[in-house]
Amino acid sequence: MSFTDILLLMFSAILVENFIFAKFYGCCPFLGVSEKPDTALGMGMAVTFVMTLSGAATWAVYHFLLEPFGLEYLKTVAFILVIAALVQFIEMFLRKFIPALYASLGIYLPLITTNCAVLSAALLAIQNEYNFISAVAFGFSSALGFTLAIVVFAGVRGKMEFADPPRAFKGFPITLIAAGLLAMAFAGFSGIKL
Amino acid sequence: MEISMILIPAAILAALGAFFGILLAIASRAFAVKVDERVPLVRDALPGANCGGCGYSGCDALAAAIVEGKAPCGACTVGGDAAAQRIGAIMGVTVEKKQRMRAQVMCSGGDAHATKKYAYEGAQDCLAAARLAGGDKLCPYGCIGLGSCASVCPFDAIHVENGVAAVDYRKCEGCGSCVAICPKSLIRLIPYDSAHWVGCMSQEKGGTVTKQCKVGCIGCTMCQRVCEAGAVTVKNALAEIDYTKCVNCGKCVEKCSRKIIWSAERQEGGLFIHRL
Repeated sequence: MSFTDILLLMFSAILVENFIFAKFYGCCPFLGVSEKPDTALGMGMAVTFVMTLSGAATWAVYHFLLEPFGLEYLKTVAFILVIAALVQFIEMFLRKFIPALYASLGIYLPLITTNCAVLSAALLAIQNEYNFISAVAFGFSSALGFTLAIVVFAGVRGKMEFADPPRAFKGFPITLIAAGLLAMAFAGFSGIKL
Repeated sequence: MEISMILIPAAILAALGAFFGILLAIASRAFAVKVDERVPLVRDALPGANCGGCGYSGCDALAAAIVEGKAPCGACTVGGDAAAQRIGAIMGVTVEKKQRMRAQVMCSGGDAHATKKYAYEGAQDCLAAARLAGGDKLCPYGCIGLGSCASVCPFDAIHVENGVAAVDYRKCEGCGSCVAICPKSLIRLIPYDSAHWVGCMSQEKGGTVTKQCKVGCIGCTMCQRVCEAGAVTVKNALAEIDYTKCVNCGKCVEKCSRKIIWSAERQEGGLFIHRL
């Protein structure tokens, strides 16, 4: 894969195939922690961190452990194990060596263990038969797309605080409608084939 | 079907799990961070309401700050004196006795008393209304009455009644969340036992006040003259009570020409308020 191919892959993963707005992965943290832009950015950073590293780790586990033994069908179980262990490891590592980052990520870091976007990034990289570098690039840029989506949505929700919707729509319903509108806006990218 | 078809995948997954288990076990030793053992103890001594009244993001953050020495032992307003003493015991320092405080809305001008300058139909939020010419009441010091304080109160202790926010003293823990959010800075923390307070914050001159509100302080200084303890002073056409001097005699309440010095009596189940 050439450098251009990787750039195109990243662009596609961020905008065209955005994890939240095009594939609807990771909707739980997307709705749960998008109330303020700075916490949304914290969550996005934590996801980016884990997704990039798990992209590398799961690729290695698949190609050096599962494939030689013909156990490709175990990849979902194995990847969950790898991601959970990785998140735990990263948490300990950050706590010791980068306490400032650990404090700013806070509760979001362990929450990522159960974020389906991380698992699906790992599985899609295998499904699309990426090599190591493009698998890592795919994980990284998918997470950037997630960060973009959650931060943009946090801005929208900030504006909605001052809106006065009909009583039945107050709170979560109007949030879901706004998320749907944003997804439709991102659907504008779907015509681009790279 | 051969048994190895089951055994090999099971063995590999078990090996993978064991590998990560050992790796994490080693990592937890290698990357162990020393946590001060007093932090969880202090955390347990705090009320756990996570109200943010202390200025930290929650009780965990305050506990860490107290142990680091960044916050005083009595920083928790909700836990009051009891929590301060317990934390002092954990930290090995003596803590001065702490006075319990309660929030008090310093405005009496409800819908029946205060004149309005326009009909507000925007978002039901004081912060939004305050941006539109300072709210709908003619008095620039008046309570907007849309209940931003009620929505931030973690103890459900503050409610809007007849256009003015009122504190339920039985529930108020004095955390100060409402004090911080009020766009008019109308809410004060006063000693829990204090029986009298001036229900007005208007610094306008007497003539202006009477046009704006039927129950505003005009600064006539009657209360100042009648107070034997010297606790009441009138500054900027507004009476103010100094709670370090007030002896709760109630003379100012009787003399107040506008009947805006409120009086409360301690009874079973909390404070009993005598309305104007």
